[in-house]
Amino acid sequence: MSNAQQFDTRLVGEHAGEIAVESPLAYSMHRSGAPKAKADTTVTLRERAFLGHLTLRGGAIVLDEALRDVLGMSLPGEPLGLVQDEAGERSIQWMSPDEWLLIVPGGEEFDVERRLREALGDAHFAISNVSGGQTLLELEGEAAREVLMKSVAYDVHPRHFPVGKGVTTVFAKASVILRRPSEERWELVVRRSFADYTYRWLLDAGEEFGVGVER
Amino acid sequence: MSQPNRLKTGGRVDRSRQLTFTFNGQRYQGHPGDTLASALLANGVDIVNRSFKYSRPRGIVAAGAEEPNGIVQLGSTEAGQVPNVRATQQALYQDLSARSTNGWPNVQRDLMGLVGKLGGQFMPPGFYYKTFMAPASMWLTYEKYIRKAAGLGRSPTENDPDIYDHRHQHCDVLVVGAGPAGLSAALAAGRAGARVILVDEQEEMGGSLLSSRESIDDAPATTWVEKVLKELSELEHVTLMPRTTANGYHDHNFVTLHERCTEHLADLAPRAGGRRQVRSRMHRVRAGQVVLASGAHERPLVYAGNDVPGNMLAGAVSTYIRRYGVAPGNRLVLSTSNDDGYRSALDWAEAGREVVAIADARQNPDGELVEQARAKGIQIIAGSAVIEARGDKRVAAAKVAKIDIEGFKVTGPVEELACDTIASSGGFSPVVHLASHTGSRPTWNEELLGFMPSPVKGMTPTGGAHGVYALGQVIADGFKAGSAAGEACGFERQDASLPKVDERREGAAVALYQVPHQKATLRGPKQFVDMQNDVTAAAIELATREGFESIEHVKRYTAMGFGTDQGKLGNINGMAIAARCLGRTIPEVGTTVFRPNYTPVSFGAIVGRHCGELFDPERYTAMHQWHVENGAEFEDVGQWKRPWYFPRTVNGKTETMHEAVARECSAVREKVGILDASTLGKIDIQGPDAREFLGRVYTNKWAKLAPGRVRYGLMCKDDGMVFDDGTTSCLAENHFLMTTSTGGAATVLEWLEIWHQTEWPELDVYFNSVTDHWATMTVTGPEARKLMAELTDIDLDKDSFKFMDWREGKVAGVPARVFRISFTGELAYEINVQANYAMHVWKKLFAHGDKYGLTPYGTETMHVLRAEKGFIIAGQDTDGSVTPEDLGMHWAIGYDKPNSWIGKRALTRPDTKRTDRKQMVGLKPKDPSVVLEEGAQIVFDPNHAIPMPMKGHVTSSYYSPTLQSGFALAVVMGGHQKMGETVYLPMVDGQVHEAEIVSPIFLDPKGERQNV
Amino acid sequence: MFYIFCPYCGEHREEEEFHPKGQAHISRPEDPEATSDEEWGDYLFFRDNPRGVHHELWVHAVGCRKFFNITRHTVSYEILEVYKMGEQPSITAENYAAQQGAASADKERNASQAKHQEGVRA
Ligand SMILES: [Zn+2]
Repeated sequence: MSNAQQFDTRLVGEHAGEIAVESPLAYSMHRSGAPKAKADTTVTLRERAFLGHLTLRGGAIVLDEALRDVLGMSLPGEPLGLVQDEAGERSIQWMSPDEWLLIVPGGEEFDVERRLREALGDAHFAISNVSGGQTLLELEGEAAREVLMKSVAYDVHPRHFPVGKGVTTVFAKASVILRRPSEERWELVVRRSFADYTYRWLLDAGEEFGVGVER
Repeated sequence: MSQPNRLKTGGRVDRSRQLTFTFNGQRYQGHPGDTLASALLANGVDIVNRSFKYSRPRGIVAAGAEEPNGIVQLGSTEAGQVPNVRATQQALYQDLSARSTNGWPNVQRDLMGLVGKLGGQFMPPGFYYKTFMAPASMWLTYEKYIRKAAGLGRSPTENDPDIYDHRHQHCDVLVVGAGPAGLSAALAAGRAGARVILVDEQEEMGGSLLSSRESIDDAPATTWVEKVLKELSELEHVTLMPRTTANGYHDHNFVTLHERCTEHLADLAPRAGGRRQVRSRMHRVRAGQVVLASGAHERPLVYAGNDVPGNMLAGAVSTYIRRYGVAPGNRLVLSTSNDDGYRSALDWAEAGREVVAIADARQNPDGELVEQARAKGIQIIAGSAVIEARGDKRVAAAKVAKIDIEGFKVTGPVEELACDTIASSGGFSPVVHLASHTGSRPTWNEELLGFMPSPVKGMTPTGGAHGVYALGQVIADGFKAGSAAGEACGFERQDASLPKVDERREGAAVALYQVPHQKATLRGPKQFVDMQNDVTAAAIELATREGFESIEHVKRYTAMGFGTDQGKLGNINGMAIAARCLGRTIPEVGTTVFRPNYTPVSFGAIVGRHCGELFDPERYTAMHQWHVENGAEFEDVGQWKRPWYFPRTVNGKTETMHEAVARECSAVREKVGILDASTLGKIDIQGPDAREFLGRVYTNKWAKLAPGRVRYGLMCKDDGMVFDDGTTSCLAENHFLMTTSTGGAATVLEWLEIWHQTEWPELDVYFNSVTDHWATMTVTGPEARKLMAELTDIDLDKDSFKFMDWREGKVAGVPARVFRISFTGELAYEINVQANYAMHVWKKLFAHGDKYGLTPYGTETMHVLRAEKGFIIAGQDTDGSVTPEDLGMHWAIGYDKPNSWIGKRALTRPDTKRTDRKQMVGLKPKDPSVVLEEGAQIVFDPNHAIPMPMKGHVTSSYYSPTLQSGFALAVVMGGHQKMGETVYLPMVDGQVHEAEIVSPIFLDPKGERQNV
Repeated sequence: MFYIFCPYCGEHREEEEFHPKGQAHISRPEDPEATSDEEWGDYLFFRDNPRGVHHELWVHAVGCRKFFNITRHTVSYEILEVYKMGEQPSITAENYAAQQGAASADKERNASQAKHQEGVRA
C-alpha cells in the first residue's frame, strides 16, 4: 500500500443534514447577485458546485489501468486531452505528464479514491482530494467564446481549441483550468479563493452580452 | 460663409447631411465622412495650433497619422476630455467639440508668440536641458510651468464614465494596413483559408486608393476596394478591423492593436440596447505571420517659413481634394523632387483652382504626370525649388529660385510668386515604425532614398512599406506577401489573378531634403524639420557643431522625433541635415529607431477592465462573509483579504485599532480567541521518499517524525538564508501536510518542484497544493480546551493529545483534522475542515464560545502575540540575508543530518560564520510608552558624528498590552553577545530613542502556556 | 511577450504562463561539503550573461508546472530550441556561430558602424 492517509470528510450522522454547506460562490452570489438571463442574452453562466475533484499523480500506465478497473474510463491519450464518461458526469483531464484531474459527482470521490488506492497498490502515485478548493463554472451561448477572448490569452478558436481539450492558463489576473466538453459549452475550474474575482470578472466582461446566471 | 473651401462635387463625404461642431468655441459645419481636419480646412480655418517652443501659428500639414500640428484636445465635458488627438484621424460627429492644444489666450492672438519671436533667438537647442536641468532638483518645478506654456494637452480631472476592454486575438496572418498592398495580401491569405486579421487605422479601408487618380480594371480604384472588401467580409476566417491602429510590435509576432469602437460617434460611448458599450479596446494579437502593409509617408521639403499655415504635403492636398472634396486654398505653388508630387497640381487644377507654378528640383523632369501638367499649361520651373514661404498667418507668396543640390546653394535669381498654398514633396519614406519596434534597425536604400525595414522573423513588408510604389506592382507585391505568409502557416500558395492597372512611366527622383537658402542655415529664416517639437535645420546644424555626431544624440539634444510624433515627418530630413553638416552619408550618421506606440493610446484602452474592483484579484477565505458582517477591517496579504482587526462599536463609539488590538490580545492571553488562518499555504506531500525530501529542504530533522506528530521547520536557500518557515505534519508514513507562510505558498511549491525536477528526480514524491481545499481556524487561549470539548469527539486530554500532535475527529459534526500547534504561545487548536463546511464550524464555535469570551482577532493581534513570543515572520523579520543561526534558532538546525540539506554548506562560509553578523534580538525601549518604528536604524554611539555607523534595524515593533510596554524584534550586529546593552535609535525628527537588547522571547520563555 | 513552446504540453503558450528560473545546467555539486568556499561561491553566485546564445531554465508555472530548458538568443530574443530536463541543447554558442558563418562575417563588417549607431534609446 502507498501508506498515505485518506481522509473521508463526508458528513454522516443524524445531524448531517443540518450542516450548511457553502460553495465557493456563496458569498459572491450574496454580494454581487445573479443577473437573470434576458431575451437577448447570448451567454449564460452556471456553477456546478460540490462535485468531487481528485488530483491524480503517477505514471500514465498504472493510473490508466486503475481507472479502467475502478471507473471503466481510461486516461486521455494525449497531452491537454479531456475525456468524459457517456453520461458526461465523470471526466478526466490531462494536467501534466504525471498529473490528471478527475471530476466525479459529489460524494463519489471518497469511494473512488479508496478503490483507486486499492487498485494502485504499491505503485508510486498520489491522490489528493481538492473538492473543497475548487468549483466548476459553465459558460454557454454564442458569446461564450467572446467572453473568453476578453479573459484568457489562450487561443479559444475552434481550430485551436476543439471539443475534448483542456488547459491550465491565465485568466485575467488569476488562473483557471479551461476545458471544452462539448460544442456549445465551456467549463472553468476555478480555485475557491479566486472564485469571487473570476465571477465578478465574468459578469463585467459579459455585460455587453447580457450575461445571465442560472442558479 | 459656410465651408468656403468645400468643392461642389467629388469626395467621399455625404453632402446631404450636415454636422455641426465646435473648434476653439466657434461653431462650424461639416459632413459625415469628414475628419476634423478636412472639416476645418473646408471652413477655411488656417491656424489650428501654436507651436510648442516658439508659439508660431500652425495649420494642417498632412492628412493622416503623421500630422504634426493639428493636435487637439477633444471633449465637450470634463469627464470626456481626450488630449493629443490628431485632427486628421478624428472622424467628425455631431456636436464634436475640440480645442487647440497650445495657444494662450487663443491661437489667433497668442501672447506666448511674443516670447517665441523675441525669445526664439535665445532658445537654442538644448535650451531646456541647459537652463532647467541645473540644479537638477528644480526640474520638477520648472516642468510644471513649461508644460503649461508648451501644452501637451491635459488629462480630465473627472473620472472617465466609459468602459474599456481588452481582447486576445490569434491569427495565422495579421495584415497591417488596408491599402492596395494590404487588401491584396489579406485576399491571398484569406482565400487560402488562413485566419486573417486585417487592420487599418482609418475610418474606411482602402488607404491611398481612396484618393487615387488611377483606375483598376478600367474602373475607379474605389470600385476595386469595394469588391475586395466584399469578398473578404464573406470569408469565414477573415476579420476586418477598421478604426484600429497597430501600435506596437513586440517579441515573437505579438502586436497590440488599438480599436476605437465609438470614438467616431460621440464624446462618450453611447448606450446600445440599454447597455454600456466599450469605447475603445486593446487587442493583443499573437500572429503566425505579420504582413506589414503600412505604406509610406511623404517627406516634406525643408525650406524657410515652411511652417506657415498653407504649407502642406503634396499628397495631403490631393487627399483633401479627392477624398473629402475640400480644396484647402485658391492658388498653389508646388515644390517637388519627384513625379508623384505632380498629382497635387493636377488635382488642384481639376478642382478648378489656379496652379501658379511647379518648382521641380530636377533639371529635366519628363515623367507621364509631368507631361499631363504641361498639357494643362501649368508652368514648370525646372532645377528649382521653393526656398522660402512668405506670410504670417497664411502663406502669401512663395520665393522660388534655381538651386544647386550638390553644392547646397541658390544659383539663380529669386522670384516671388503670389499664392496661398505651397505643396511640397521630397519623396516617400516607408513606414518602418512597427518593424523597428522589435529592435531591428531599418537599413538605408540609396536607390529608393529611404529606410527599409530590416528582416524580422515572421514579418513580411509589402507595398509602400517595402519601397514598392507603382500601383500595379503594389497589388502584386501584396498578393505575393499574403500568399507567402499563408504558406508559412501551412496553407496552400495562392496564384494571383491580378487586376489590370496601367503602367505609368515615371521619371527618376532626386534626393532633396533641406532646400538651400541665400542665407546660411544658422542665420537665415527658420526652416522647420520637426514641427511638433519645433526643431529647425539650424538647431540640428548647431547640435553637430557642438559635437553631437550620432543621430541618437542629435535627437536627444534637439528633441527631434520625441513624444507623440515619433519622427514620422521629420526624422529622415533631420538625418539628412546632420549628414550634410558632418560631411557624411545618411547611413553613416545612423539609423532611425521608433518606439511604441505608433500613435497615442488612451489609458482606458491600456487598462481595459483591470480597474476599480477588478484591478487585482481579491482572494477570500471561506469565512469572508462572516468577517465582513462582523465589521472586520481588512489587511492585504499578497492578494488575500485578511481580517486585520475587529473594531467594536459601543455606544456609538468605534474602537481605534490600538484599542481593538489591546482587547483582542487580552482575550487570547486570558480567555480564548479565534483567527482565520486559512490563507496559510498547504502542500500535500505523498510518496515513499517524502520524508527524505523533507530532510533535504528543511534545516532540521524529519527522519523520526511519527504519524500523528507535527514539527516546525525552517527552509533556507542554498546560500544559507532563511526564506520560509512553517509546520509539517506526518499524516502517514509516506504522507505529510506542509504549511507555508501566506505569501510563500506558490513560491514554496515551485521551490519543492524545482529541486525535485532538476536535482532529485530519483526521489519518489509528489507535491499538490491543497491550500484552498482546507479552511483553517485557530482557537487559542487558556479557555480553548473547554470550548473545543463542547464541539469535538476528539480526546483532548493533555496527555493523549499533546502539544505538536494532530488528531482526526469531528468538530461541530464536521470531519476535521485538529493540530496542537501555537503561534500565540497559548494553548491552541488549529482546526482544518473541508472549506465548504467551514462557515458552519466557525459559526458553531461562536455559538458555544460566548460564555468563554471567544473573541475573533485579526492579523495585527496575531503579530503582537507572536512577536511577544519571538516567533519570526519570514519576509518581515528576515530579508534574504538572515541565516537560522542569525535568528538564534540553532535548535532547528540538523548539523549532523546525513545529507547536505539545502543551505547547510553555506553556513560554514567565512561570511556566514562572522560573529558580527546582524543577529535577531529583542529590544525593550527605555520608555515603555515608545513603540519603535519598524525599519528604524540602530546605532551604538548616539554622539558619533553623522554619518553614524548603522549597526542594525528594527524588524517588528508593537505595543504589548500584556507587557504594558512597547517592544520590538530587531537585528543587531553581534547582538547575541550584547544582551543587556543599550542601543540608540535616532529618528528623523531629532529624537533619539534608547532601548535595551533583550531576549526576543518576551513572554513565557519556557513555553509553559502552550504546553498545558 | 515571448511565445514559448512547452515541450510537455506540446504547444506554444504565452509568456505570462511561465517563470524564468535563470541559467540552465547549473547543477548542485555532488558533495557540497567537499567543495572549497570558492567552488561553492561559484555555484551559488556566478552566472553567464552572454550576448548571443544562452541556455535558460524556465517553468510552465500556470500550466503543467514542469521545468524545461530554452536556448535563446539574447539579442534577437529568438527562441532557438526548447528541450526537456536531462536533455542537452543541440544549438550552442559555438555551433550557432559556425552555422551563421557567412552572415556573421557581414555583421562584423558593420560592427563599427553599429557601435556608432548605438545611442541611448528614449
Ligand atoms: Zn506545459
